[in-house]
Amino acid sequence: MSLSERLHPGLNLAGTDPEGHEAAEEVLFGFWIFLMSDLVLFAVLFATYAAMSVQGIADGPLPAEVFDLTAAFVETLLLLLSSFAFGFAILAMKYREDRRGVLVWLLLTGVLGAAFVAMELHDYYVMITQHAAPPQASGFLSAYYLLTGTHALHVSSGLVWMAIMSIQIAVLGFTAPVKLRLMRLALFWHMLDVVWIGIFTFVYLYGVAS
Amino acid sequence: MSNRIPAERPVIEGEDEGHERRSYVIGLVLALALTTGAFAVVWLDLLSGVAALAGLGLLALIQAVVHLRYFLHIDLQRSHRDDLLLILFTVLILLIMVSGTIWILYDQHVRMMP
Repeated sequence: MSLSERLHPGLNLAGTDPEGHEAAEEVLFGFWIFLMSDLVLFAVLFATYAAMSVQGIADGPLPAEVFDLTAAFVETLLLLLSSFAFGFAILAMKYREDRRGVLVWLLLTGVLGAAFVAMELHDYYVMITQHAAPPQASGFLSAYYLLTGTHALHVSSGLVWMAIMSIQIAVLGFTAPVKLRLMRLALFWHMLDVVWIGIFTFVYLYGVAS
Repeated sequence: MSNRIPAERPVIEGEDEGHERRSYVIGLVLALALTTGAFAVVWLDLLSGVAALAGLGLLALIQAVVHLRYFLHIDLQRSHRDDLLLILFTVLILLIMVSGTIWILYDQHVRMMP
């Protein structure tokens, strides 16, 4: 058995759970393939946005007129802290199999994630009601809502997944399948934070700077 | 549980909770610094135009690497070749699709100018 080897990208169970570690190689590698294909989806939405935000303004408002950077900054912090909290949930699982600890960290992760989605919905509300910037106003706005909306939908489905995992942890405890599912959710959650880096940089910051 | 840590398990470099916890804390501190830096560039009006795109893009690239390294624990030196190939192949596909899309749409836009 190859305990000292890292079998897949991401946090490895390694010596803390040799059986789980062996089982992880295949399923986590498969999940990485999904993550990479999901990244391709986001990349194409980014490319569409890049073209539309410059050439698709039409008679609609400019990016700098509708974006609220303070809100984008707070959203960035919420998602970053939520990603960080998930890291600690995974460590509590890996080293101590501490149900209570993991559930508390997951709850914190979920609350921060939910606050992020709520702030984005509030952003949409303000843009549509106060800046006359609904999705149908221009190509730029269609691409904006599509890109950020797809990300928000991913975060929301991550929250549902997190709720399901919390129930599984409470009912089943840390069996190998539960551990591996939580590790995959962690990868998904961290990856969404990486995608958000692209959104806050190229959509919000560059939109206001240019 | 039967799968607790065996006493004679091989020592794995960097595998203890304190060490891995530090990795997340380092990641958080670096990410906070880079995020604040990127927003400061725009709030303080330090760069504009192409320089802003390049500067912000560089900060984003560094932050993405920080997230991959400290949160997703991707360490290319110790990764399996399969994983490395998967990630590199995805990057290749992304570059082709993103640059191709932007190129084609820009070209179409120029041709449609009145």
